[in-house]
Amino acid sequence: MKGPDFLAGQVGVLRTRMGAAFVGSKAVFRGHDLHADLRGMDWVELYVFGITGRRYTPEQVRMLHALWTHTSYPDARIWNNRVAGLAGTARSTGSLGLAAALAVSEASIYGRGIDIRAIDFLIRAKQHVDGGGSLAEKVEQELKARRSLAGYGRPIAAGDERIEPTLALARSLGLADGPYVRLAFAIEETLLAGRWRQRLNYGGLAAALAADLGLSPREYYLFMFPAFLAGMAPCYLEAEQRPEGGLFPLDCSHVRYDGVGKRPWQTKD
Amino acid sequence: MTADAIRTRIWLEEPESDNPFAARAAYCRGYDVYGEMLGRARWVEMLILLFREEAPTTAEADLLEALAVALANPGPRDPAVHAAMAGGVGGSTAASCLMAALAVGAGQYAGGREVFLAMEAWNACGTDLDAWRRRFAAPTSEEVSIWPAPRHPPGFDPHGVSTPTPVKQALAGLAFVSPGPRLPWLEQQRAELEAAAGLPLALSGVAAAAFADLGFTPEQGEMLHLLLRLPGAAAHALEQRGYGHKKFPFFAVELEGAGA
Repeated sequence: MKGPDFLAGQVGVLRTRMGAAFVGSKAVFRGHDLHADLRGMDWVELYVFGITGRRYTPEQVRMLHALWTHTSYPDARIWNNRVAGLAGTARSTGSLGLAAALAVSEASIYGRGIDIRAIDFLIRAKQHVDGGGSLAEKVEQELKARRSLAGYGRPIAAGDERIEPTLALARSLGLADGPYVRLAFAIEETLLAGRWRQRLNYGGLAAALAADLGLSPREYYLFMFPAFLAGMAPCYLEAEQRPEGGLFPLDCSHVRYDGVGKRPWQTKD
Repeated sequence: MTADAIRTRIWLEEPESDNPFAARAAYCRGYDVYGEMLGRARWVEMLILLFREEAPTTAEADLLEALAVALANPGPRDPAVHAAMAGGVGGSTAASCLMAALAVGAGQYAGGREVFLAMEAWNACGTDLDAWRRRFAAPTSEEVSIWPAPRHPPGFDPHGVSTPTPVKQALAGLAFVSPGPRLPWLEQQRAELEAAAGLPLALSGVAAAAFADLGFTPEQGEMLHLLLRLPGAAAHALEQRGYGHKKFPFFAVELEGAGA
């Protein structure tokens, strides 16, 4: 069925396999009674269950928790956090500030834009290598096509302090030796041996750990949505508690004008 | 000048003598905004000037103004306006209603991303009908990104049967005031293009051609499309707040599979 006939069949009703609220009696979450079958479920576990429909072991859920906690920095200078802080100093609401800051985290040089590219490349690279292809060749191809490799290098720093604690936790949980984590480090070796000199960053390691847990690129992308959230609330709160307008004020000399000179206004014809 | 300065080609502010945090004068692309433009410049001239280095001609300003009227209210059936109303009816903040309209109206189905992709097509194909035919016939990119994979040729209605009257009216009206060349060509070649796409033209396709005729980049067209559709979202959100949630449809549910 196509066109208006298809649309007519959808009018006025939600047909869903995901769930529904039967207000006053129960809530169904992916086929399970939220307050009976899923009672006591950890929030991250529920979130990832909502995305994937799959259940994870306590060790895997702990690892997933860490992927968020290890990158929650309450530093209001960071671009996305700055949005939360500016919302606080401008006396906006906490929800607006945090929601906008999370939306901004879907960036092309960090955050969600990198997450989905990083896991997608790892999956494609593994398919290539499993099919007998050369890893170095795949890396070179990707760098040629996209000019950068998501998950390697870092826009504002050389090292990545998040790698060691994340790997340590993964080792303690028996999750550090999956095929994608090994591949991620093999790619790093390829990059360091070549002329690119880029190291694996947190985005690359997190994507590899998630791929080893069986998350698809879109599942991982949605899973990482709240990744920076814990660091954002403090940015909002502190700015909101201090005098209004006090976060990152800019006087006129802090704006450098590079444009055309002054000219009289007249509408062109 | 400080090392931590923000750089801009758009805006110059001169400080008041008693307070460097208060501007004595503000210049947009060299024009004195409060001293000269205010009261003389049209809103659409200011809008174009913010995105481009030079002030628009009267014809360009007329085109953007006509487009702004066409885009101002997608109406309550539109998903972006629906989203804003879902905010309004529950008493959500004004900004959240507009954020909801922006988020939903950002997509590839009648939204900002559709305009972006359609403008990329204009840049690639111009007024060459064969180039458009080749583009429609080519497989869509498989590249994974934050955006869902495109499902239909951008600028055309995937559920349409024939070109809706308002789309034809908007195209005719905008082509009439356009400096060209895309809108007049689109009006002439509409039937051929629709046949090649296998779908009727949508308002987003008309908007994309208009933004391209105004010399905007796809990124600028995407931004302006988001911006120009907000007035209707705002008005409908406030209206639903007034009607109240009992008069707003909640819809039936049919649970499929386990748990039903």
